[in-house]
Amino acid sequence: MGRITLNQITKSFGDKQVIPPLDLEINDGEFVVFVGPSGCGKSTLLRLIAGLEDVSSGDIVIDGTPATDLPPAKRGLAMVFQSYALYPHMSVRKNIAFPLKMAKTDKAEIDRKVTNAAEVLNLTDYLDNRPGQLSGGQRQRVAIGRAIVREPAAFLFDEPLSNLDAALRVNMRAEISELHQQLATTMVYVTHDQVEAMTMADKIVVLHAGVIEQVGSPLELYERPRNRFVAGFIGSPKMNFLEGEPTAAYDAHAIGVRPEHITLSKTEGTWQGTVGLAEHLGSDTFVRIAVPGQGDMIVRTIGDFAVKPGETVFLTPDPAKIHRFDATGLALR
Amino acid sequence: MARKVSTSRKLIVTAVAWTIGILLFFPILWIFLTSFKTEAVAIADPPVFLFFDWTTENYTTVQERSNYFRHFWNSVVISIGSTVLGLIIAVPAAWAMAFVPGKRTKDVLMWMLSTKMLPPVGVLIPIYLLFRDMGLLDTRIGLTIVLMLINLPIIVWMLYTYFREIPGEILEASRMDGASLRDEIIYVLTPMAVPGIASTLLLNIILAWNEAFWTLNLTAAKAAPLTAFIASYSSPEGLFYAKLSAASTMAIAPIMILGWFSQKQLVRGLTFGAVK
Repeated sequence: MGRITLNQITKSFGDKQVIPPLDLEINDGEFVVFVGPSGCGKSTLLRLIAGLEDVSSGDIVIDGTPATDLPPAKRGLAMVFQSYALYPHMSVRKNIAFPLKMAKTDKAEIDRKVTNAAEVLNLTDYLDNRPGQLSGGQRQRVAIGRAIVREPAAFLFDEPLSNLDAALRVNMRAEISELHQQLATTMVYVTHDQVEAMTMADKIVVLHAGVIEQVGSPLELYERPRNRFVAGFIGSPKMNFLEGEPTAAYDAHAIGVRPEHITLSKTEGTWQGTVGLAEHLGSDTFVRIAVPGQGDMIVRTIGDFAVKPGETVFLTPDPAKIHRFDATGLALR
Repeated sequence: MARKVSTSRKLIVTAVAWTIGILLFFPILWIFLTSFKTEAVAIADPPVFLFFDWTTENYTTVQERSNYFRHFWNSVVISIGSTVLGLIIAVPAAWAMAFVPGKRTKDVLMWMLSTKMLPPVGVLIPIYLLFRDMGLLDTRIGLTIVLMLINLPIIVWMLYTYFREIPGEILEASRMDGASLRDEIIYVLTPMAVPGIASTLLLNIILAWNEAFWTLNLTAAKAAPLTAFIASYSSPEGLFYAKLSAASTMAIAPIMILGWFSQKQLVRGLTFGAVK
């Protein structure tokens, strides 16, 4: 079981409050991703759950047991760190066995579990190597192995993929998702990368300045962002926002429309603009267009769209996919 | 691009380096040579450098007159004992300062170091009286404690700089893995800091071995280490240069051999944290 409840928790460093009162429910078996720009408090929140930082006020309940005052080891959670945090002086085998050794598990049991974990993570051939002899991806797998042998109530991941190169990141992303399906254990995952969040999460928690902006499934956040911050943060390239004259027809202070929900034409359309830059990716083209009075807008077209900088183009938004916001930035429904 | 160094420049630099090296080493060499002279040759004017009748008589006399091995053993016990005791206290202290620093940690470190600036003679009388009242005068345990206290600031400082190089996330990982504070220090921190702890150990053994102020003032016979053994040859009966030199050679030899074999660790220990 791995149900985690945060009740009105706050965290201050000195007199600076980084997490104002916050409530959150993480259900058993869920893959929850905390996402937000750097400095939004997502790592701090994870460390509060882990017990590596003490909450300033409020309660943390793990599986019905008050855990606020429990030390990290007693919370039944396992954590994978951004820097892997392997023990450099121990072999891979000893690294993975360390939590079991600390729990005074008997030797045969330790051997069995370490062998199992090594098989699951393709580490069998490296068990007697030191972490220093492994590649980044292998190190990350050792860190995950060290976490799974404990059979924790929940896994905590603190930006585990940010030290890996792009290709490896995609692989490890899939591996972690598969692991979640196999183990069906609660996972709490912190990242600043919204692509990771969208692809892995059952539930995304968008944080901004220590405040939860929205909690929901990836598609919910994409389709029904609660405010301008979430609308702009989820989705890549980010949503275009328009204010002033074009909003009149929609009875809103501002409207937002995603780059993929705008049709581009060289002859006619709702708004007119000048092409600034076109990024041709083959599968799609991102066109940056300067629209008078609105600044730059980005449009995504499927396949190749032949435009040159300086050309005049017309943009037509899909009216069903327009997001409306009031003056405070809240979405209007 | 490497700088070009001309041959003549290399020669000059080498010559200067050798001169400085020999100059620094000369007193020790002179002690060593004198220890093989007779007392008469030892005070000869002009001094005789190499061409004299070499004799080991001084060593025999010194060993007969005062038991070298007893002093040697005292030195070993006191220097190793005080260093190990110091480490046991300093490891947790340095851990606290490196990983859970408070607002005043820097001040505490500076204050600790400042005690090394105090002339020891300033606290001689109170410590002497304490030792007398507690029956610690001329005991190895008393000396061990005093030398440990004297060197503790250096031990803490050295370990602190080492520990600061260890990423905190690794210690946090061990906490997540269920390690208690004790486990964390024993299984994770200490093994990772072995090179640092080794050089701290070596340096402090050397410092304790050579410490002469407290060892001379707080011992008489029973617990007297090699420093007292040397001092006993500059006695009221007059100076016996050759015997004094023999005693000095015997006292220096063990620590010089230790230093020779561990010079790498020592240099690393002293310069650690200076360059990253």
